[in-house]
Amino acid sequence: MIEFDHVTKRYKSNIGLNDVSIKIDEGDFVFLVGPSGAGKSTFVKLILRELDADRGTITVKGKNVTKMSAREVPKLRRNIGIVFQDFRLLPKKTVYENVAFAMEIIHKPRKSIKKHVPQALTMMGIADKAKKYPDELSAGEQQRVAIARAIVNRPKILIADEPTGNLDPDTAWEIMQLLNQINQLGTTIVMVTHAKDIVDKMEKRVIAIEKGRIVRDEKGMYGYKEALADTTNMFDTVAVKKRDTFRAGFRRGGRK
Amino acid sequence: MKTFFYTLKQAFIQFGRNRSMSLISIFAITCMLLILSLFFIMFINVNAAAESVKGDYNSIEIFLLDETTPEQADVMVEDMKQQKGVSDAFYKTKDEAMAEFKARWGDNGYLLDGLADNPLPNSVVVMISDLEQADALAAHAEEYEGIEDVKYYKSTVDKLLKTTKFIQISAIILMIFLIIVSIIVVSNTIKLTVFNRSEEISIMKYVGATNWFIRGPFLIEGILIGVISAIIALAITHLLYGQIVDIIGDQVYQMLSTPMVPVGFLIYNFAWIFLALGVSIGSCGSIISMRKFLNA
Ligand SMILES: Nc1ncnc2c1ncn2[C@@H]1O[C@H](COP(=O)(O)OP(=O)(O)OP(=O)(O)O)[C@@H](O)[C@H]1O
Ligand SMILES: [Mg+2]
Repeated sequence: MIEFDHVTKRYKSNIGLNDVSIKIDEGDFVFLVGPSGAGKSTFVKLILRELDADRGTITVKGKNVTKMSAREVPKLRRNIGIVFQDFRLLPKKTVYENVAFAMEIIHKPRKSIKKHVPQALTMMGIADKAKKYPDELSAGEQQRVAIARAIVNRPKILIADEPTGNLDPDTAWEIMQLLNQINQLGTTIVMVTHAKDIVDKMEKRVIAIEKGRIVRDEKGMYGYKEALADTTNMFDTVAVKKRDTFRAGFRRGGRK
Repeated sequence: MKTFFYTLKQAFIQFGRNRSMSLISIFAITCMLLILSLFFIMFINVNAAAESVKGDYNSIEIFLLDETTPEQADVMVEDMKQQKGVSDAFYKTKDEAMAEFKARWGDNGYLLDGLADNPLPNSVVVMISDLEQADALAAHAEEYEGIEDVKYYKSTVDKLLKTTKFIQISAIILMIFLIIVSIIVVSNTIKLTVFNRSEEISIMKYVGATNWFIRGPFLIEGILIGVISAIIALAITHLLYGQIVDIIGDQVYQMLSTPMVPVGFLIYNFAWIFLALGVSIGSCGSIISMRKFLNA
């Protein structure tokens, strides 16, 4: 389903990924772990063709992503759902509208929207929140909306970049159950996380990245000490968030 | 169709949210178009004048001394008719010349009645079919006996043509400059809306909206700014040019003996030019403002 073949991605001074080869099969549930700055988000962005690889080949659903023309990128993304740590809901739209938005902008017929949006909300257990606005919801509920939006177009692949990073352990665990459920319906899931207890409890395939290289690929354990886990250490969560915000700002500034 | 309405609706919403910037850019682009139209008007009128003057003065006039007889003049006429590049030649008496002169002065022609003697000379008029030959023909005419002067209006025509050319070139340079400035103005306005909606756009990109779909509302917003500016500029031009023709049209006619380009004709042609300019300025501006955003 997703295949990296000797993929290298460099930034100006840093290395994002260094000669990575990996295969993720259809229906897999994969955790992507590793210290901060290891290259996990780079990995995710390469799958989405948000970034271009410098070397190597990436294949998603049999399509060569690295050779894809800019016009084909939207088609690729319609097959991939994505969830972020910070939810990224539109504050001026209701829950229903936020989810429907994902269908509207790829020209799905109204009938289909009316059917699938409530389905997705029900599956995420937030059908009763359809008319609420994001700021009226708890963090866990907001993330459920984001997941509903990510799966409403029934993508074959769901990518989650630290989806539980902003949630307390109980809520995080609820979200994990939902993701597991989605996986069991046949969706391939790649989840980036720092949450040791979740990874340990789920007993799924774990790919560990350090300094842009894959250092471990096995079933089961998180494999790092507690200090890395952001759901159990408040200071770490804050630090990660702060740094991400800083980086986002830096990137935006740098692009101008 | 649904997509089209979505795009249109978004464009109007954006336009509304970004109202003050939109109005400022409409104002700026209207001003640009007005400056342009000023140049166009000048250009078109000078051009029209030059064309008609060129037609009038495709001739050499050989002014004769008073003692030169009509027989001598006939010899000149026949000789000139033999020359290359001459379409016609004829003898014009001083009385005929005076009559023409009066006609050109129109209503003020009576002023010439006060003259005791007709000060105009008899002449031989040579119509030129090939302007290239004008110099040679004039030189040839200089050699006749019994002539006072040879006048031909090639230099006048040349000067007019040069002026037209100059105005034409400056209009083009100015136009390019103003269009670039307008595009920058529009693109900065749109950039503001793009920035306001950056979150939405990034989600659209993740869900797989095509670039043209994302661009759509911004494109329409830009075109809207361009078209509104064009319409305002057109209305103002119509009003002002109408006034100008009313006030100085008659004088211009007397001075150049050619009428100014009529308002209706001018506005009809400007409408297309302005709309085309408005649409292209608007769309270029918005595409430029989004380029970096969509490629990132
Ligand atoms: N836009 C960018 N420009 C320059 N360097 C970048 C950029 N994005 C990431 N990097 C660098 O590339 C490396 C990998 O970054 P990446 O975001 O993939 O890490 P990560 O594993 O997701 O980290 P985290 O767990 O903190 O989110 C880091 O050294 C980072 O500083
Ligand atoms: Mg990351």
